[in-house]
Amino acid sequence: MSVVPDSSTDASGVGADPRTGPAPGPSRAARLATRGIPLLVLLVLLASAPLFAAPFTANTLSRILIFALFAVSLDLLVGITGLPSLGHAAYFGVGAYTAGLVSIHWTSAAPVPVLLAAAVGALAAVATGWLAVRSGGVYFLMLTLAIGELVHQLAQSLSSVTGGSNGLFGIPSVRIGGEPLTLAGYVYWYVLAVAVLGFLGLWLVARSPFGATLRGIRDNEPRMRSLGYSPFRYKYLAFVVAGGFAGLAGGLFAALVRIVNPSDAGFTTSALILLAVVLGGAGTLWGPVLGAAVVVLVRDTFGPQLDGHGPLLLGVVFVVAVYVLPRGFAGLAGLVPGRRRSTGGTA
Amino acid sequence: MAGWFDANLVSILNGFAIGSLLFILAVGLSIVFGMMDVLNLAHGAFFLVGSYLAVSFVAGVSWGGFLAALAVAALFGLLAGGVLSGMTEPLARRPILDQALLTLGISLIVAEVLSIIYGNNVRSVPGPPGLDGSVQVAGSTYPTYRLMLIAVGLLLALVVWLVVERTSIGALVRASVADREMVSAMGIDNRKVKFAVLGIGSMLAAVAGVLGAPVYGARPGLDKTILILALVVVVIGGLGSVRGALIGALVIGQVESLGRALLPELASFILFGTLALVLIIRPRGLFAGKVAHS
Repeated sequence: MSVVPDSSTDASGVGADPRTGPAPGPSRAARLATRGIPLLVLLVLLASAPLFAAPFTANTLSRILIFALFAVSLDLLVGITGLPSLGHAAYFGVGAYTAGLVSIHWTSAAPVPVLLAAAVGALAAVATGWLAVRSGGVYFLMLTLAIGELVHQLAQSLSSVTGGSNGLFGIPSVRIGGEPLTLAGYVYWYVLAVAVLGFLGLWLVARSPFGATLRGIRDNEPRMRSLGYSPFRYKYLAFVVAGGFAGLAGGLFAALVRIVNPSDAGFTTSALILLAVVLGGAGTLWGPVLGAAVVVLVRDTFGPQLDGHGPLLLGVVFVVAVYVLPRGFAGLAGLVPGRRRSTGGTA
Repeated sequence: MAGWFDANLVSILNGFAIGSLLFILAVGLSIVFGMMDVLNLAHGAFFLVGSYLAVSFVAGVSWGGFLAALAVAALFGLLAGGVLSGMTEPLARRPILDQALLTLGISLIVAEVLSIIYGNNVRSVPGPPGLDGSVQVAGSTYPTYRLMLIAVGLLLALVVWLVVERTSIGALVRASVADREMVSAMGIDNRKVKFAVLGIGSMLAAVAGVLGAPVYGARPGLDKTILILALVVVVIGGLGSVRGALIGALVIGQVESLGRALLPELASFILFGTLALVLIIRPRGLFAGKVAHS
């Protein structure tokens, strides 16, 4: 994966508008420092969190990291490619079930379950994405919704494999070098390591010439087509990559909570993660991370107080966010100047 | 063939009953989208409100209760559609995703409020008096209520078809589906048309909820199941087409019913397979007209 050599992408390398051209900004080294140092500090803080935080906090942080990875994988579709999916949890669920089944029936040695989860998630996206991407426009919204519901119902009806509505339980803890990881802190480090690699992968995809092409398709598909690109092939590949990373996040989820429910592949999970992307700001990659943190905190902190009616609060957040934060937190920060939201248009 | 037909008569009749219900639901969804580009994801939630209204008015005990539930549901649907129309107005110039998100949020709120009021148990509703029994149909016993549902669905299909194809209001609807900008340029207020269409579409959804209560009962999650079925019908039939909604509803009704009866494990695959097949042959649905926004 090569990195775009020209400077027409903005400092973050993502959410850039190809039409604005190179902006006179600080030098490459200065930019690296202003971006890299806070990132490094954040990474150190995250890595040292289990040393001073309670196990419950480590667990919540793990959850946030997993949902953040999931949200960023969706952002590759929604924000970068302009394909708003309402069924992305399907691939998350497929990954989670894959990792769970691999751990139960074969091995839970460290990278095997999550890697297989990513692979099967991508395969599921290959199998279903063709139709959704081919149709495009509002049909894409509806078809992804139907695909998500299909996977949800499958998880429920194939109870001999998935455990049906009881969920797939008894997933053994992850093993590294033959030793099972049982303490919340160790599991957290495992999640952190895989999630950071996942973020890095998605960031590289978004920065690559491939990512630039996706943004081009999002902003002006007829023009990209007349330049000789095949929008369908690029969108399809983006869908598969996003499915693979969602599968990876699902695999991590199975390793963390060690039980997988059909609802993890269902509509509410899809809606939740889309909310995280929109709330954070689609197309920025870092915005959805923030959005995922807010969504997980709202659901896990306020949800139990509302007697399990977390989705009520979620719905209110949805409605408010649509009016108040049309570009998400990223829009608030004013870091994406001049970028029109062009997702979801009927191209 | 005749033997197979006899053995599956009940499933086929069920398919027609489900198809009738789906038509009542999908026609509103389809026209609202075809005309106004509003993808109303709260449609299933409005259906569920109707179902729970049937529970509240104990629709099975007396005709009075059943009719009261229908009336209240119709009123609720009109109001809800009107409110939704007002709420989507500021988003008219924004991407479709924003309106979809708004209605998604509303559907989450409505579904949760219903689960707070009615709890999470499955509620069943008996048919109204006189219709709660069974009759003999070609040697099989079949619930009377579902036969009535088929009749009501077909009647409604006829009414909607007549209104859309034969009246001036229908001409306005068809013109708006084809080219909204042009209709607006001719001096017709788009917002009023949208208000009316969303109101009537939501009313049909809530009424379908009451009518469907004796078949499906009322339970959390039913809204999503119904919404998915209605969306599949709309996609198969083609956005904005009444005929498409009818054919799509009848096809999906049979697919659902026969699929669940013959291959219960694979029912959702068959549903998706049908959808995939139609979209491979006709990417814009069976009866998609020359729609400006496609």
